[in-house]
Amino acid sequence: MSGPEAGGRLDTDALLDDPRTRIVVCCGAGGVGKTTTAAALGLRAAERGRRTVVITVDPARRLAQSMGLESLDNTPHPVPLSEGARGSLHAMMLDMKRTFDEVVEEYADPGRAEQILANPFYQALSTSFSGTQEYMAMEKLGQLHRSGDWDLIVVDTPPSRSALDFLDAPKRLGRFLDGKLIRFLSAQGNGAFRLLGAGFGLVASVIGKVVGAQLLNDVRAFVASFDAVFGGFRKRAEQTYRLLQESGTAFVVVATPERDALREASYFMERLSGDAMPLAGLVVNRTHPLPEGPAARLGAQEALAAAASLEAAGTHPAAAAALRLHAERVALRGREIALRDRLLAEHRGVPTVEVAALAEDVHDLADLRAVGDALADTPDHP
Amino acid sequence: MRLHIVTGKGGTGKTTVAAALALALAAGGGRVLLVEVEGRQGVASLLGLPPLSAEERPVASAPGGGRVLALAADAEAALLEYLEMFYGIRRAGQALTRLGAVDFATSIAPGLRDVLLTGKATEAVGRREGGRRRGEGPFHYDAVVMDAPPTGRIGRFLNVTSEVAGLARVGPVRGHADKVTEALRSERTLVHFVSLLEEMPAQETRDGVAEIAALGLNPGAVVVNMARPPLLPEADLSSAAEGRLDREELAAGLEAAGLEDPAGLAASLAGEVDAHARRVLMERRIRSELEELGRPLLDLPLVADGVDLAALEGLARHLADQGVRR
Ligand SMILES: Nc1ncnc2c1ncn2[C@@H]1O[C@H](COP(=O)(O)OP(=O)(O)OP(=O)(O)O)[C@@H](O)[C@H]1O
Ligand SMILES: Nc1ncnc2c1ncn2[C@@H]1O[C@H](COP(=O)(O)OP(=O)(O)O)[C@@H](O)[C@H]1O
Ligand SMILES: [Mg+2]
Ligand SMILES: [Mg+2]
Repeated sequence: MSGPEAGGRLDTDALLDDPRTRIVVCCGAGGVGKTTTAAALGLRAAERGRRTVVITVDPARRLAQSMGLESLDNTPHPVPLSEGARGSLHAMMLDMKRTFDEVVEEYADPGRAEQILANPFYQALSTSFSGTQEYMAMEKLGQLHRSGDWDLIVVDTPPSRSALDFLDAPKRLGRFLDGKLIRFLSAQGNGAFRLLGAGFGLVASVIGKVVGAQLLNDVRAFVASFDAVFGGFRKRAEQTYRLLQESGTAFVVVATPERDALREASYFMERLSGDAMPLAGLVVNRTHPLPEGPAARLGAQEALAAAASLEAAGTHPAAAAALRLHAERVALRGREIALRDRLLAEHRGVPTVEVAALAEDVHDLADLRAVGDALADTPDHP
Repeated sequence: MRLHIVTGKGGTGKTTVAAALALALAAGGGRVLLVEVEGRQGVASLLGLPPLSAEERPVASAPGGGRVLALAADAEAALLEYLEMFYGIRRAGQALTRLGAVDFATSIAPGLRDVLLTGKATEAVGRREGGRRRGEGPFHYDAVVMDAPPTGRIGRFLNVTSEVAGLARVGPVRGHADKVTEALRSERTLVHFVSLLEEMPAQETRDGVAEIAALGLNPGAVVVNMARPPLLPEADLSSAAEGRLDREELAAGLEAAGLEDPAGLAASLAGEVDAHARRVLMERRIRSELEELGRPLLDLPLVADGVDLAALEGLARHLADQGVRR
């Protein structure tokens, strides 16, 4: 493989072994392998001696099962490791609603908490507002960090279409809850805004028509009870955001060797440097390296010409097929390298590592170990 | 005119297939509208155009004088249009926008956003020449194609009446939702699924077809995208899949082709061949599982060097060759 010249290789083991590394955040576009990478890094760190917890968000079912996660349960569960493991691994699946509920229960007195939790508007907000999942992933990270129970926390990020959502969505929720409109609507009943003119009355009546009067009442009741907890809520989100800027945090950006995924990775890396967040490196997942041995040196043109000569002679169809297959693979590999190098040219100095596509989905600890080996660029386990 | 809703697992090619389908339906002089609903500008980036707006505009032409127009449906624009249509209010609409009210309303009530977006597509389906909503004139569009949300969200997205039921039991929004639902359930609307011959997309397709049917909507075709023809002769497939491909025969072939170190090369290529054979057999199994759904299967080949307009036209011809037409 022609290695990326720019930033050299990501030294995964050095990153995981360094006691100063406390948080690893895996980011990237949807479906590129963030959850897989997070789980593989967590497993590797644990086997190399660290007390590790992995927060997964929406893992593929079989992967979750392999870590003993049967359902959303929001607390870390021990994952049994092999004999020689020197550390420990816990894993959890984020339950955003439960996390939100816990925050409410923590900040509000019991009576008020009960009111909030029963409010239909709150229930919609905590299950379907876009951004809640990201906010709650951050919240959970903050909780685990403050508990002091863990050497290393590996965080998977929600499967949003844009990697940037992980950083932006929590603020969006904060802005929404703090926004002038929600204040305005909740003030409607007591006439505070009446002085502002007829336009506002009309607006309220139109919103009422469109979303329904009941929902507006729920919003009012929600704002009235939530106001007391909102300050603390917001402060905590800001703290967690700052935690992401600390030197003990390492962002690992994951992409597949495809245009869209790499473009997403590029945006995200720019954003990290803009926000002074520490980027550890780039994982290019699901690549298709050429086979070992002499085939690595057989070019696509040569293979196609050889296949054509066999086909013309009408002999050795299996060999002709093998040669065509190889030519496809060489072309694919060439495209992957070109795409990757274009990205690295824009982001000089970013350490990179490749993980080859496994033959099947990643669904047990052995597969995770194989991905971990690839991430650390060490040969396969025996 | 028909509404073709294209869904599928994320990344399987919904946007690509929707665009190819629009081209295929426009062939021979049709006028087709391509609607994007997720605000991602997938159509624009696919066609190499500046971002689409909520206003329809021509984006491609098809053989025989066909035309494809496209728009990116936008909840805010649709809501303002709707308010103006039903209440004749413009000023309040502008105040709503200024206050971020539309964002607000659609955030607290995601079902509202969905009904506004699907409503935009059903409105275009029913539109008559000259912009009238009712009447006898010919339809404005021959077909409308929607690049829809992925299978994980499609049921919710299309189940608009029950989505807004919690918001408004009576009144104009409810009435609007009921009309949209009626249009979605009519035989004029088909929900197509894009799948790959891989485990997860096929599973999502099976689940999606069942979900759509349970909602009283009509599943259409299953598009098997990025299909690759098997390279290995039939006779060698199963032995290669089991790792029993005759390596000496392979080496003999490589030698006959004049390549150096045929034995070494054969050993080094054998792994690729075996993996290919296993994949082909898996793809066959998945295809037969998809066939059991009883929906027509349409094949689209894997395009080698990225999908551009020329490649899309090629994909549209593949669809036409398999019987896709207005
Ligand atoms: N038949 C094909 N041959 C080759 N490449 C294809 C084909 N169909 C789609 N692609 C490529 O696959 C990628 C995903 O396609 P597309 O964007 O259409 O998928 P999508 O389902 O709309 O994705 P999303 O879920 O992100 O909206 C694109 O890079 C596209 O060019
Ligand atoms: N290197 C790999 N080889 C094979 N399959 C992979 C690899 N990485 C990820 N996958 C598979 O791809 C799918 C998506 O991965 P996942 O980690 O859930 O992505 P994300 O969390 O980014 O959405 C899963 O089915 C996973 O098993
Ligand atoms: Mg994931
Ligand atoms: Mg798309």
